[in-house]
Amino acid sequence: MKEYMDLTRLDENEKGIVREITGGRGFVNKLEMLGIREGMEIIKVSGIMMRGPVVVRAGNTQAAIGYGMARRIFVEKEK
Amino acid sequence: MKKILLVGNPNVGKSVIFSRLTGVDVISSNYPGTTIEFTMGNLKAGEERCQIIDVPGIYSLEATSKAEEVAVEMLEGGDVIIDILDSTNLERNLNLTLMLIKKKIPMMVILNFWDEIKHIGISIDGTRLEEILGVPVMPVCAVTGEGIKNAVSRIREAKVSAYDFTDKNRWKAIGEIIEKTQKVEHKHHTLLERLSDITVRPLTGIPAAATIMYLVFEAVRLLGEGIINRLMDPFFNNVYMPVVLKVAGMTGAGFIREFLVGKTPEVMKSFGILTTGLYIPFVVVLPYILSFYLVLSFLEDFGYLPRLAVLLDNIFHKLGLHGYSSIPVILGLGCKVPAILSVRILETQREKIIATVLLLMSAPCMPQTAMILSLGMRYGIKTAASIFAILIVVSVASCMVLNRIMKGETPELFVEIPPYRLPKLTVILKKLWLRIKGFLMEAVPIIILGVGIVNVFDLLGIMGYFTKLMQAPFARLFGLPGELASVALLGFLRTDMSIALLAPFSLTSAQFVKAGVFLALYLPCLATFFTMAREMGWMSAVKITVWMLAATSLVMVILNVVL
Repeated sequence: MKEYMDLTRLDENEKGIVREITGGRGFVNKLEMLGIREGMEIIKVSGIMMRGPVVVRAGNTQAAIGYGMARRIFVEKEK
Repeated sequence: MKKILLVGNPNVGKSVIFSRLTGVDVISSNYPGTTIEFTMGNLKAGEERCQIIDVPGIYSLEATSKAEEVAVEMLEGGDVIIDILDSTNLERNLNLTLMLIKKKIPMMVILNFWDEIKHIGISIDGTRLEEILGVPVMPVCAVTGEGIKNAVSRIREAKVSAYDFTDKNRWKAIGEIIEKTQKVEHKHHTLLERLSDITVRPLTGIPAAATIMYLVFEAVRLLGEGIINRLMDPFFNNVYMPVVLKVAGMTGAGFIREFLVGKTPEVMKSFGILTTGLYIPFVVVLPYILSFYLVLSFLEDFGYLPRLAVLLDNIFHKLGLHGYSSIPVILGLGCKVPAILSVRILETQREKIIATVLLLMSAPCMPQTAMILSLGMRYGIKTAASIFAILIVVSVASCMVLNRIMKGETPELFVEIPPYRLPKLTVILKKLWLRIKGFLMEAVPIIILGVGIVNVFDLLGIMGYFTKLMQAPFARLFGLPGELASVALLGFLRTDMSIALLAPFSLTSAQFVKAGVFLALYLPCLATFFTMAREMGWMSAVKITVWMLAATSLVMVILNVVL
């Protein structure tokens, strides 16, 4: 079964495919620049506790994304 | 003269390539956003002399920050674009390349970090990429200089790319190019990659950060102290001073002699321009500057700072900032001027103001720190340490208040984290020299001038006048001797010097703490003030200064009651 969740709920070292980014054009553009866009596989590297930022790897790029932004990125978890 | 623009994503090594091409040294680091202003230099390509411009990094032509806006505007005036790509992130970097192609400006492509791709299991067919794009494509390794010469020889061949695509299908087009030019094989994590994960995960990263900060502090202190105690101080006292005193003695007693070497033979109390005037910058301050920037340069080039920013993000949010503001704060430990320039990486005016207040108030600059340590350690580590502790508490409280009273929201952290890279010693030493040179050229003359002014004021009795004027409020409100008022007066010129002026007073430990906090907080130095005005406007600079002055007065009254 495939699970659908926002980025903050993915665990460390888990992979997911980006399925939906909810936000304006500016937000989508910003993520795109760091290689995070629909259909891309990303790995969650780290999530800082207490609603801290999430670190993901997309290809060879790592990015730190604020918690609120991470909540708006939905991935399909890969088993 | 032909204008050549170096354009590329942040942190692809544009500044290193710029230095290679022009011989002009610029500061580069391993994190996005080091270059905030453009730099120009000259290059001879064949017979032709060209002007090379190092443009701040951009991810796309749709600018999202002030620095990016500036960069996009600069494109209009370019005759040739050298598009610099990070070979380890070819796909993502090609996004900007394709956008640049639409500008129809002659272009060539440089693939930097060519040496790194094989370690991570990537191979790129540069010739094929050149065929597809129709512009010269040259692999280089900027840090070692490999490939630079070949790249320069092909600048003449730069041309408008005939590659055709519609903007809507940009990513699809990129996908096709990648398909044809890049092969990726699976490789296990390298040691540096594993270290990266460890330092960015909270469970391991937070203890690591605490350890690293402690080690940094100890390394700076031990190295600084070592250079002072083993090298500079013995040389100054045993070799330099006897000669100077002898020479000055020949001028006979009187004004000139006092101006040169002061009234007492004790170097920190004499205030002669040849004694205290040189002792402060070279013996007390320079060793700490050297050791601080050596350690900072290593952290910068290794790539640690963005990871620290991630870990600190939560704490910074309480102050109305996000974690990336920790970079200006850390730079501010060295000197406030470059720190304020780096505030440009933040987006909103609100953030810029809070970050500036934080970096100005949370810790003194390195010259001031050196003076506090050098004078404060006579009272013991507790006295010196309590000054720093008080500053942190005051700055945090101050920013929390600003966060409440200033309208607006705190933007979220969104930043690329570069891979760890082992720094090259030559690159670090070059950067160290750039910063030391800055100190020698700009700070040292002002310190000597300041000591001279103190000396003349003292001789003319101006100091005495101010002392009388300020004595009552200083004693009553702050519990400090009135003479310190004249010290404070000179503090805005250079803050490290104002602390040196405390040396002749026999202050108690509590008084030294109060005076140290006061002089570190009450005003930014002149250079800092003008930088603020230039970056954020006069109004904001004045507001920040008034805020600091008000906060300092409040803190001083409280300290006077408590201590």
